[in-house]
Amino acid sequence: MNLPKELEIQKEEIRGYAESYNLDFYETIFEMVEFDELNEVASYGGFPTRYPHWRFGMEYEELSKGYSYGLQKIYELVINNDPCYAYLMKCNNLVDQKLVMAHVYGHCDFFKNNLWFSHTNRKMMDQMANHGTRIRRYVEKYGEETVEDFIEVCLSLENLIDPHLPHIKRKADNGKVNGKQQEDSENGSPVRLKSQKSYMDSFINPAEFLEEQKQLSKKRELEKRKRIPEEPQRDILQFLLEYAPLERWQADILSIIRDEAYYFSPQGQTKIMNEGWATYWHSTIMTRKCLTDAELIDYADHHSGTLMTSTGRLNPYKLGVELFRDIEDRWNKGKFGKEYEECEDWQVKENWDKNLGLGQEKIFEVRKLYNDLMFIDAFLTPDFCRQHNLFVYEFNDRTDYYEISDRDFQIIKQKLLFSLTNFGQPSIYVENANYFNRAELYLKQKHEGVDLKMSEARDTLANLYKIWTRPVHLETIVDEVKTQLTFDGQEHSEIEID
Amino acid sequence: MVKKIDKDQARFRQIIRGKVKKNLRKYITQGELIGKKGKELVSIPVPQIRLPHFRYSIKKAGGVGQGKGEIGTPIGRGDDGQIPGAGDAPGQHILEVDVSLEELAEMLAEELELPNIEAKGKKNITSDKDKYTGISQVGPESLRHFKRTYKQALKRQLISGTYNPLDPVIIPVREDKRYRSWKVTSKPESNAVIIYMMDVSGSMGDEQKEIVRIESFWIDTWLNYQYKNIETRYIIHDAVAREVDKETFYHTRESGGTIISSAYKTADKMINEFYNPNEWNIYLFHFSDGDNWGEIDTDECVMLLKENLLPKINLFCYGQVESPYGSGQFIRDLEDFLLDEENIVLSEIPDKDGIYDSIKEFLGKGR
Repeated sequence: MNLPKELEIQKEEIRGYAESYNLDFYETIFEMVEFDELNEVASYGGFPTRYPHWRFGMEYEELSKGYSYGLQKIYELVINNDPCYAYLMKCNNLVDQKLVMAHVYGHCDFFKNNLWFSHTNRKMMDQMANHGTRIRRYVEKYGEETVEDFIEVCLSLENLIDPHLPHIKRKADNGKVNGKQQEDSENGSPVRLKSQKSYMDSFINPAEFLEEQKQLSKKRELEKRKRIPEEPQRDILQFLLEYAPLERWQADILSIIRDEAYYFSPQGQTKIMNEGWATYWHSTIMTRKCLTDAELIDYADHHSGTLMTSTGRLNPYKLGVELFRDIEDRWNKGKFGKEYEECEDWQVKENWDKNLGLGQEKIFEVRKLYNDLMFIDAFLTPDFCRQHNLFVYEFNDRTDYYEISDRDFQIIKQKLLFSLTNFGQPSIYVENANYFNRAELYLKQKHEGVDLKMSEARDTLANLYKIWTRPVHLETIVDEVKTQLTFDGQEHSEIEID
Repeated sequence: MVKKIDKDQARFRQIIRGKVKKNLRKYITQGELIGKKGKELVSIPVPQIRLPHFRYSIKKAGGVGQGKGEIGTPIGRGDDGQIPGAGDAPGQHILEVDVSLEELAEMLAEELELPNIEAKGKKNITSDKDKYTGISQVGPESLRHFKRTYKQALKRQLISGTYNPLDPVIIPVREDKRYRSWKVTSKPESNAVIIYMMDVSGSMGDEQKEIVRIESFWIDTWLNYQYKNIETRYIIHDAVAREVDKETFYHTRESGGTIISSAYKTADKMINEFYNPNEWNIYLFHFSDGDNWGEIDTDECVMLLKENLLPKINLFCYGQVESPYGSGQFIRDLEDFLLDEENIVLSEIPDKDGIYDSIKEFLGKGR
């Protein structure tokens, strides 16, 4: 819209290249902004309008400091929306703008086609603005402090969602009746013992036995109905919306926080792939199509900055793009499958080339179907780990330093997968909303080998209390001991359980 | 133009400065921007408020990194929450950039809203300040101008016909190299001396000393920025005091008792001998865990301060570092007896997170 003529021409050209490579995206609108406007938009997570809150101010303060000290600078910012919006910083030079545009088309293609984004709200720009309006109205009615306090409580719980939820068809979605019936036939209906021959059935399942089973199953069913939730529930925010004693405005704010958490969730699940994909395409488009001789140095400088690694920091841009290139190369040469895996002669393996030319097709398939967890699980290879110097680090109590602890492929992969599972967040479920038969809330962490940060866990529990208003418990493991943390509104306690 | 973010930013600042919302103050952490001073990385503190979440303890989780190094190579310090790999917000590249001590000091000043010091002493001493404004053909490698150098190399290759567009490799040679250069400006300055005193008795552990080291790094940085000629002296004490060099200052651990007055006497002697108060701005910093040998010595300390030291110096700062062994009594005694003295600042530093506030208390008065 407000792009200068020169950039408008570039944009059309780059879009042409992107399309010629079969990238497929929603209409993409580029806005030119000053650095401080860019910092502002970035603070709001890319959205021009969000609800008012100091945490966005905090983000802004940090971004603008980093920028004015020359320590960091935002190059690209793009929102998953239809149309996509992307921002260009006014004072960047032309080659940076071209690079960013090429990069952005990569992201836009990813947003539109990757499965994990298929349920995101593509009108989030409007939705965010609506959230802002609603919360501003509550601020006017109930006061800034009150609303701000409540938002903080919600934010402290914002990661308690079920990242897979948008992809699961729940029983409730199929209509209650249908769901109930199905369940009955699975668990609730009377048990019949299996009889091989139909004429034996009345002996194996006599009437009184069936009657007894029927009573039992009824009883079980009743018990189950009494239990809330029926099954452990991972979307704790949804659970609180349904069962916590919230006022209307509070429930609305909680639902807003939950909405936004679900919107951002796929971005967290595909960070490595998404950045890798965009980097792959900016480098392809720039180096093969639209870089002029004069721009080479600036391009190389910027591009190497993007891919820079410093010891100990895993750069998602670098890891992502290298993995995509590795996949492309392997599928071009046929370096996959049983025959290749079982070959033990490294020299043969090294020179393996069956000229299959399947690379492009494969990476497009990967960008469609995978998320980071699956991506690493399926495509990280020992060769790749070696070539790219990946390692595992652990904390050493004795020296008070993080240290390189291993370079073994299996251990690297395992650690990487762990850090990507549920985006490196602990999985916590609501087990029981009527604990002790006193309407106390009982949560349970599915412990996967790593303890919670205790100081924060206590404070979070206290925030949960503010919503539940009755004592809250969390079952977890602390130093290999099963432990129940409790906050009763007054004080914290911690007991061992068996 | 008023921006939408302004209000949110103002609110955030109100909170971190403790004007509102006491409960949030405890979630303030030091976020960091990474700068480079020579080879060393320095972290520039940026206040952040981290709301509590159910999250993993990073120390227990470890992680995956990329780079060369043997097993056992350290890659980062163990402040929980400040894992080396944690800094990747969407769409930002984090760069590491060289910063000078001067720039660090400016950042610190802005962060902590430190006022400039009103120095006393002779104003006719001038100091020279460097400003990087030009480009030169000679200079140290650290000031090499990447882009100019490569442009120059490209020019040379084009002219000499060695540039091949099909294989665009550019290799600068000696003559191509371009460096940033500076201009010198003068401004009047005065002298200052910082005397650090630290209790090294048995109860001061490694953690306490770490706090003293970090805090004095920032104090040094700040005072160096304010004064041209600055001298630093170090005194350690347990039951007796002695002057030491910097290295020893930070790495000595004695057992035995504590007699604080011994340090004050040594400082006083030092001032009388070397630093005429009419010509020098004098700063005394004393760190201890607050255990002193009996009331009699504390009385003596108070007297020494009141009569000998405070009249001669710009500022006396006492930082009491919390330790599991110390009673922490000393700061309360100083409070009782020296409350109305102008140039004394007392600060309690419970842990590393307390450093930030403590520096602000010490230097926030502009003396």
